[in-house]
Amino acid sequence: MGSRGSTLSKIPNVDKLMQETGFSQAHIIRLHDRFRALDNDEKGYLCPQDFEAIKELAMNPIGDRIIGAFFAQGPQQETVDFNSFVKVLAHFRPTDKNRPKESTSPDPINSRTNKLKFAFQLYDQDKDGKISRDELLQVLRAMLEMQVTEEQLESITDRTIQESDTDRDNAISFEEFRKSLDKVNIEHKMSIRFLR
Amino acid sequence: MESSFGCWRRGLVLMPFATCLFLLCAVVPVCDAAAGEEDIWGVSNSSSQNTEGQEQNNSGLPIVTFRWNHVQTPFLVSVWIIVGCLAKMVFELNHRVTNIFPESGLLILIGFVLGGIVWGADKKATFALQPTTFFYYLLPQIILDAGYCMPNKLFFSNMGAILVYAVIGTCWNAGAVGISLWGCYEGGAMGHLEIGFLQFLLFGSLLSAVDPVAVIAVFEEVHVNEVLFILVFGESLLNDGVTVVLYNVCDAFVSLGAAKINAAEIIKGIISFFVVAFGGALVGVIFAIILCLLTRCTKNIQIIEAGFIFVISYLSYLTAEMLSLSAIMAITFCGVCSQKYINVNMDERSVNTVRYAMKVFANGSETMIFVFLGISAIDPAIWVWNTGFILLTLLFVFVYRIMGVFFLTWFLNKTRLVPVETIEQVIMSYGGLRGGVAYALATVLDPVKIKEKNLMLCTTFLVIYFTVVLQGVTMKPLVKWLKVKRSAQSELKLIEKLNNRTFEHTLCAVEDICGRIGDNWWIRGWNRFEQKWICRYLMKPSARKSQDYLFGVFHQLNLEDAVNYVSEGERRGSLAFMRSEDAASVDFKKKFGTDMSDIMPDIMVNTDFNGLDVSMSSVTRESVPSVSLEIHENDTKNLRNNNDVNVHHLLQQHLYKSRKHHRHKYSRSHFSINQSEDEVQEIFQRTMRSRLESFKSAKMGVAPAKKISKHPQKDRQQKMSNGKSLDKSKAHPYGDEDFEFSDGNSASGGEAATYQTPYATRSGIVNRAFMPEMDTPPTMRTPPWLSQAETDGSVAPSQRAQRSLPWSPSNIRRLAPLRISNRSTDSFIMADVVKPPENPEDRNSRRDET
Repeated sequence: MGSRGSTLSKIPNVDKLMQETGFSQAHIIRLHDRFRALDNDEKGYLCPQDFEAIKELAMNPIGDRIIGAFFAQGPQQETVDFNSFVKVLAHFRPTDKNRPKESTSPDPINSRTNKLKFAFQLYDQDKDGKISRDELLQVLRAMLEMQVTEEQLESITDRTIQESDTDRDNAISFEEFRKSLDKVNIEHKMSIRFLR
Repeated sequence: MESSFGCWRRGLVLMPFATCLFLLCAVVPVCDAAAGEEDIWGVSNSSSQNTEGQEQNNSGLPIVTFRWNHVQTPFLVSVWIIVGCLAKMVFELNHRVTNIFPESGLLILIGFVLGGIVWGADKKATFALQPTTFFYYLLPQIILDAGYCMPNKLFFSNMGAILVYAVIGTCWNAGAVGISLWGCYEGGAMGHLEIGFLQFLLFGSLLSAVDPVAVIAVFEEVHVNEVLFILVFGESLLNDGVTVVLYNVCDAFVSLGAAKINAAEIIKGIISFFVVAFGGALVGVIFAIILCLLTRCTKNIQIIEAGFIFVISYLSYLTAEMLSLSAIMAITFCGVCSQKYINVNMDERSVNTVRYAMKVFANGSETMIFVFLGISAIDPAIWVWNTGFILLTLLFVFVYRIMGVFFLTWFLNKTRLVPVETIEQVIMSYGGLRGGVAYALATVLDPVKIKEKNLMLCTTFLVIYFTVVLQGVTMKPLVKWLKVKRSAQSELKLIEKLNNRTFEHTLCAVEDICGRIGDNWWIRGWNRFEQKWICRYLMKPSARKSQDYLFGVFHQLNLEDAVNYVSEGERRGSLAFMRSEDAASVDFKKKFGTDMSDIMPDIMVNTDFNGLDVSMSSVTRESVPSVSLEIHENDTKNLRNNNDVNVHHLLQQHLYKSRKHHRHKYSRSHFSINQSEDEVQEIFQRTMRSRLESFKSAKMGVAPAKKISKHPQKDRQQKMSNGKSLDKSKAHPYGDEDFEFSDGNSASGGEAATYQTPYATRSGIVNRAFMPEMDTPPTMRTPPWLSQAETDGSVAPSQRAQRSLPWSPSNIRRLAPLRISNRSTDSFIMADVVKPPENPEDRNSRRDET
């Protein structure tokens, strides 16, 4: 228990963090361990190289985008400290129904909208609030790899945009994105179980 | 593994014998059943042989003889199938009834009626569902269908929960029901019965199975959300296997006798339980692999490859049965494991055949099972009433199911990402429907060992009726009342699928970052393994190339569009509406080149096409392998009215009516419908010849047989040159037109493209398939001076015939332009390139005009 207390005390603003993210103490400690494991030279923050050192992540077709998402939270951050690390991960906490409504009023990080926003920014690399055709094409290219030809890729891209593009500007805005995924159970599909 | 493989090989050798044996087994019970029928038909089984012989002796050569005995068995089977299906048909006539009352319950009720009729005529229960018939002929296809159509991803991602429910839940049900009944019996709740502790356990185990047939029948109508469905359904499927195993173990204990059972036997029983259940699954997987390997090389015998699926799966069932492993598990896993690979290995038509045939079999035997569950009950011999026993059984079955589900779910929810909600648990426990398996197991009971067999049978019947009819009827209102999350019926959307893929990758990445080996890690590991090894061996190389899921979705969507497109065209009378220029707006979502990439789609739809020249259109036409079609209904509707009189008239007058669309070559091994391009060519040329002749006769001064009032080509020319060309077109030498006949094939495409340009305001398309050929727009009605004088009008119809064959393969190919493999894409492009874009003659004529 002593080590637990000491770990927690090392983290600044731990109570605020827990309240914001909804993680329990055990979660935070576990994540902190992981954070320190990733932080190779005990800098106290992570830089992109630390993420790239994770082997599986390097093989992930959209791994770089996800790494990018960690650094995209603040204005032009080059590093990630523990608080923002946890905050990003909190997007993937399952939404709990038991939580009292009034505490959710400021829209928790793991709400549907925030999950969707996270997914949206994975596509929207230039951050203009729209998924352009090229951006979508890049994602598709990364994910479909060599199984389809470039032409087919482009047709798929066009079709995808056409499906959700209501204002016909050949790009998907966040609103369109949200609407087209109305029926998808984002709460389930963008959640993982964090160990306590 | 080694040993079971050995067993399996031995099994293969034994297979023919086994099959024969099973056939015999099947015939015998049906014969038994049929034997009672004699009275009705007035033919005596034993004496018929003699009388037949005598008759032949007495009266010489009979012209016809009544030989009921020859056909008795298959005849009765067929009649019963017809009766069952007719029964289904009758109450499917009115959907209001089936909305309230589930089909399965209705079928049972009809079974009562039919059984009553039989009993009334026969004064004994002639027909009853025999366990052999049930297990070998009715059950396999239902289970196979369930396995083959199983949503794999959902099934495997909930596999843990399903297994817990199926194994632990079933054991709990069996044990708790058996022990509690025994306790009540000892407590004196049901008087004196000759049932020992083990018999109670046996009874409990046969009642523990939730029946997949009943579950599918009821849950298919209520549309609960998919997770709930897969939990109930998966459980019911797997616990059939478990129940049979449990039953066999208990049965063995009963025959062993209570005295001889010691710890060793019990441990053996437990081991055998797992070996039988998982061994069955293993047999299924092995057969699934065989099946996949087989379908890899059935390219040349496509017509029978669908048959393999059924036979191999059935063999897996029989093999497992022969090895005394769980046959139900075997056929389930055979279906589940092979579906993905055989679906890509086989031809698309074979896949459809399999799906359809499987549904036919499964639905048919489901119907039969329920009807016979009703019929079999009409037998006073089995109805032994013991209030305490029956009521307590009903109570325990119901209560322990609820308890089991709630306890196990509570346990499972601790580790589940998406917890099973309380309401869903209620539905799950309420969905514990018993059915055919319980009945069949109860009939198998040996009356020598179990004195109270009839009581058990009758109680089983009551449990089945109680669950299937009562719970089945109340299920739908309950689901509504509790507001259980229904499955959202959403259309297929590419963006959803794309995002699902993104989410998967994201979750994997997040798990990596958290340094956690979770579900997603396992899923990804499996996917990689599958990609690397399984697909290599079990899939055709060609199928492997294009098996990407997203692309499959895309392909499917395009196919759907094409079908809509065609049916829309049919609805409007012809596909001409697409070609009529104002109406058609086919969006080229495909970009044609870098510089065109942004303007093209809009131009196509909205702006005038004046500036763009023919060469561009012909270039784009050929370089575009893929086109997304979009039908804008609204645009077409209002404009259609103007056109359709005209169009219809034209079509009626000129459309070449081919003698036959489908030419079936009689062949057992191939089924091809009019696919050769040659045929179209031939038709065209033949038409040409006849047109030419009639034209010649017209030229000679003889009146043409049929006066054709409109001549689009001339119209166009005239319009194009604003009246100037009237003289020229008159002066146009007929000889040239003759030349055009012979070269009509190339002329048709090029010409249309040429003439189209000036009217591009109305066109909006350059796709050859939807060429706005000769449907004369209303504004271009033929001037009166032309309609009479123009005798060369006979040119047009033949061209139209050639071009507007809506079903010709080249057109159809264009509707689904995106082929899966590279090669076929190429061939598609080739198909376009082959035809020269412009006719030299035409070019000349144009030059003349300008």
